[in-house]
Amino acid sequence: MCENCCNSDLGLLSEVFRDMKNNGDNLITVLQKAQDIYGYLPTDVLYEIAEKTGNSPAKVLGVATFYTQFRLKKVGKYLILLCKGTACHVNGADGIEKAICEELGIKDGDTTDDGLFSLKTVACLGCCSLSPVMMINEETYGSLTPSKTVEILREIRGRETE
Amino acid sequence: MRVVIGEGSCGIAAGAAKVHSKLHELLEGTDISVGIAGCIGMCFLEPIIDIYDEKTLLKRLVKVKEADAETIADALNKNDFEALKKYEISEDDSVFLSKQTRIALRRCGLIDPESIDAYTDDGGYSALKQVLTSMTPEEVIEEIKASGLAGRGGAGFPTWFKWNAARKSEGTEKYLICNADEGDPGAFMDRAVIESDPHTLIEGMLIGAYAIGASHAFVYVRAEYPLAIVRLQKAINEAMEKGYLGENILGTGFSCFLKIKAGAGAFVCGEETALIESLEGKRGMPRLKPPFPAEKGYENKPSNINNVETFANVAWIIENGGEAFSALGTENSKGTKVFALTGKIKRGGLVEIPMGLTLKEVIYDIGGGIRDNREFKAVQLGGPSGGCIPKELLDTVIDYKALSATGAIMGSGGMVVMDEGTCMVNMARFFLDFTTKESCGKCVHCRIGTKRMFEILTRITEGNGKEGDVELLEELCDGIRSGALCGLGQTAPNPVLTTIKYFRNEYEAHINEKRCPAGECATLRTYSIDAEKCKGCTLCSKKCPVNAISGVLKEAHAIDTEKCIKCGQCKEVCKFDAVEVK
Repeated sequence: MCENCCNSDLGLLSEVFRDMKNNGDNLITVLQKAQDIYGYLPTDVLYEIAEKTGNSPAKVLGVATFYTQFRLKKVGKYLILLCKGTACHVNGADGIEKAICEELGIKDGDTTDDGLFSLKTVACLGCCSLSPVMMINEETYGSLTPSKTVEILREIRGRETE
Repeated sequence: MRVVIGEGSCGIAAGAAKVHSKLHELLEGTDISVGIAGCIGMCFLEPIIDIYDEKTLLKRLVKVKEADAETIADALNKNDFEALKKYEISEDDSVFLSKQTRIALRRCGLIDPESIDAYTDDGGYSALKQVLTSMTPEEVIEEIKASGLAGRGGAGFPTWFKWNAARKSEGTEKYLICNADEGDPGAFMDRAVIESDPHTLIEGMLIGAYAIGASHAFVYVRAEYPLAIVRLQKAINEAMEKGYLGENILGTGFSCFLKIKAGAGAFVCGEETALIESLEGKRGMPRLKPPFPAEKGYENKPSNINNVETFANVAWIIENGGEAFSALGTENSKGTKVFALTGKIKRGGLVEIPMGLTLKEVIYDIGGGIRDNREFKAVQLGGPSGGCIPKELLDTVIDYKALSATGAIMGSGGMVVMDEGTCMVNMARFFLDFTTKESCGKCVHCRIGTKRMFEILTRITEGNGKEGDVELLEELCDGIRSGALCGLGQTAPNPVLTTIKYFRNEYEAHINEKRCPAGECATLRTYSIDAEKCKGCTLCSKKCPVNAISGVLKEAHAIDTEKCIKCGQCKEVCKFDAVEVK
């Protein structure tokens, strides 16, 4: 047994499948709605979707792993989206990534052991004039330097451990 | 009086929404209204507030912070415009807009994107009326042909030709698709159009749907653009309510339904056949062409796909005539093009210019040149499919043919400016890192070839490059170009080929001398302290994580290069610019 598979409340999906029948939603839309519900795509949810959409589990997993939006693992309370678009690259995004990884002890795609932060690099957030940029949940932080980035992360951690 | 705050994604990121709610709170109960507009494209000045008397722009205030709201509200209440002077846009910065010619962006930042009335009050949907009541589909296609409009997504294929092919394709069920999967890192023109003026897109699409004979249309939007999706959905709902969309549009008998499909994050879905696969809910892997989408597209039905910016030009062309559009531009590139000007530029943002201007005019006259008084080195056009154009070619005109001749492409409009501190080998590595991750894996040359190129570029930037690496890269480029099925693979070598072509000396310096001329590649850098500039503040030695910096208070410090791990923290903390990187 693994932590990702056997205990999701599959009843939550009934509305998704109803929408699918009514609007003709395709598999990607179904997966997007499922991820909105669970925060990620647990294995048992993927099997359920395969059965209800009449696809093989392999096809469902194939689609889920093709697109970067889909997550197969739980994410932390704070999801850091670090922009690595061209403008951010030119303005030093690599240094920002290094600072985040060192501060949190995680790599791109990982979550901290305490479940507080996840890091995901993205191609472009489209805030090029504020580069380098990161987004933590809904908030955008621009004109970053490595030390400013670390400060922001420590501030959040401080708030959480209070 | 009306106060209008520019709230596109980057305005909001810069704090526009906070300024908005503060002003709203302060001006409630007065006769001054507070509203929103989309993005005017002057990203470097965000957040921006426009003050209107009816339709006349009185003042444009820039870089406004939440803390300034009180002063501004106070000044407006007292009608004291003197007090606003310090926020006003400078004459220098105004040039950014005054030198542009705006067609696709004509309403961006000027109207409320969340109100269909704002759009129709400004003459919106009149082109649609004209088309539906007085033109045949063939006449519409003729007008687009006369305009010379070509696909703005990057390939530059004539729009009328695609429309005509879809129109002539057999079958009664046809689809019109808008490609809003703006995946090029560093490009955000399409997002700005959807966020700032969604009805212009809808109107352009409806005209296209009428021309090809489609009654169903999709907008495939990147998932990373949540605000664009929200505003477009709102616009679709309002257009449905007012009878501009749906069954029997404006009582003319023409029906068309429009749906948004949110992408799920895959660069390759910008390729039209991959996009169609994705629309059908599958992995976004390109199909073999022919058959082209005009014959067999979505659900194997005739389909036509155009980019957002292409559609944004359509209503204007109908209103003003194809010839007015083709009067702008060059022999083989008509009309205007929008660029997202970013990187080491003074004034970054959205720029729409007539084709035929030179790169220099855009970068220097509009963009104000390079930031921090540094030297221009290169400009990257076309993202991962494009290339880097060096200083010597700054007089190249913006035109499909002229840009292709440099080895770069027009692309969708990303224009990233680089200065002397940008390493061109690392730049090529950056793009290959991107294409390696985004290759769908269907073609061996692209899947494995880009990976090998990425590995070679990585070892060069880390100082482990070998003799013959450049030639090996060139050989791989050749193979990928001819062995890949779609545009992603075929153009993936461009960033490498152009940097080799124009900056071969940088590759050689990395490989032969183990030196990065731009000082960007971390493992090849050496840090030292300029004893003349160093004031002995000790900040760097305190910050150094490996105690590699020695020196006493008020005396010049020195870095032990043996111990130094090249983390760059000393440079970051130094207030006297005394840390040198070579």
